[in-house]
Amino acid sequence: MEFLLQQIASGLTSGAIYACVALGLVMIYVSTDHINFAQGEMAMFATYIAWSLIQAGLPYWVAFGLTVVIAFLGGLLIQRFILKPLEHAPVLALVVCFIALLSIFNAVAGMLWSYTVKQFPSPFPAGDPTGLGLVSYHQIGVVGVTVIMLGMLTAFFRYTTLGLAMRAAAQNPASARLMGVRVSWMLALGWGLAAAIGSVAGMLVAPIVFLDPNMMTGILIYGFAAALVGGIGNPGGAVAGGFIVGVLENLVGTYIIGNELKLTFALVIVVGVLILKPAGLFGRINVKRV
Amino acid sequence: MAAILDVKGLSAYYGPIRALFDIDFSIEAGGVTALLGANGAGKTTTLRALCNMIRRTGSCVFGGQDISRRATEDIVRMGVAHVPEGRGTFAGLTVEENLRLAFHTRRDHAAARRDLDLVFDYFPRMKERIKQQAGTLSGGEQQMLAISRALMLAPRLMLLDEPSFGLAPLVVQEIFRILRQINEHEKVSMLIVEQNAALALELADHVYLLEIGRVVTSGPSSMVQNNEALRKAYLGY
Repeated sequence: MEFLLQQIASGLTSGAIYACVALGLVMIYVSTDHINFAQGEMAMFATYIAWSLIQAGLPYWVAFGLTVVIAFLGGLLIQRFILKPLEHAPVLALVVCFIALLSIFNAVAGMLWSYTVKQFPSPFPAGDPTGLGLVSYHQIGVVGVTVIMLGMLTAFFRYTTLGLAMRAAAQNPASARLMGVRVSWMLALGWGLAAAIGSVAGMLVAPIVFLDPNMMTGILIYGFAAALVGGIGNPGGAVAGGFIVGVLENLVGTYIIGNELKLTFALVIVVGVLILKPAGLFGRINVKRV
Repeated sequence: MAAILDVKGLSAYYGPIRALFDIDFSIEAGGVTALLGANGAGKTTTLRALCNMIRRTGSCVFGGQDISRRATEDIVRMGVAHVPEGRGTFAGLTVEENLRLAFHTRRDHAAARRDLDLVFDYFPRMKERIKQQAGTLSGGEQQMLAISRALMLAPRLMLLDEPSFGLAPLVVQEIFRILRQINEHEKVSMLIVEQNAALALELADHVYLLEIGRVVTSGPSSMVQNNEALRKAYLGY
């Protein structure tokens, strides 16, 4: 029983990370209608920046805040300088561009910081508040940060006019312009937010999996699974999807298929959702009257 | 009366194809001007060119300011509200969100809140449907929403692209009645493009006739209404 609870708790922790990655994916999907394959590598790169800042002697939370800001600006710049010129390019060209970004970030990180695995500190104290070896403070912290981030994003999109303008720009750019929305900047903002969320995911996962240029590769696939399970256009769904995938993956891995096939399980989820419920569990299909 | 919009030598292009040939026209402040002509005459193109949605050359002066080099969103922010062909509804947003978008564009939120009440006065249907996803509205309601959205921008000039398109005659009459009220009470100048020439002539006080990207003739609505030869040749009735 205790072992089962432990598995669920650690599933929730990895679920929270997947949820953060999924949130970044959803963010770009909602604001630009694209799927950013480089989301994981952007997160990894930001985590290296945080690591360098901490190495330079900055306190953890200062480095954390700075990294989020730098990631936000980085995302903004990527949209402005790389994607904006491709505004009218076909989708396939964009996919290639995203994959290029993925390998560029990976290679540059390897070049700057080398491929040796590094330790990354956790902001949460060591140990286990239950005293039963059930969960660690870090695990609780990861889940907490994810839930807070979801709350902030939901509020942003639902209650602010800027969030509304971003959604409008994604849905119908021509009409949004006719409402005075600066569409191109909305897209840049979406990229900035996605990169910022990604950087948080990276900093939360690094203490668990250790920092190296390939740390997000597998996690990105789980992130995709999470986003698809929850419905790729829905931030709340993405987080729920993250937790579902995290727990399921852990339980199925531990009790049924073994750890080696865990990643395959994520892909099975992706394919299964696309076949059975393409809009995801919580996604809604936009009804359009013609 | 002074002109709110003055257009000189406007040409427009779709890729290599030229769709407008040096057209000149002006719109009187407070008036309703109709742009009539057959399919392919360049009516929609003219509206798009005014808002810089397609490649164009020539000069457009709106309220004394040159807008020929401005981006679409800036022209809109200066007070030109374009109700596009096909209504441009944000199908996935609710009616309320469609309207609330104007709060992003406008700085004067108190006035925008008053305009929201104004919209509900003109279109009580929008208030009834406030929480509904805009894509599920009927065609007539979507057209009302499109006009409401334009009205939320507190425009000085409204560009209307075939507001009667695909709607039942009764609905069309209601919409045109409301458009007249908006023109009279809110002092919004209008430039309207219509296939339904008789309808547009009733609303408009001035008309431009287009043929294959050129202005053929222009004058007061009554001139066209009373000129059978002109009506038969260009408007088909």
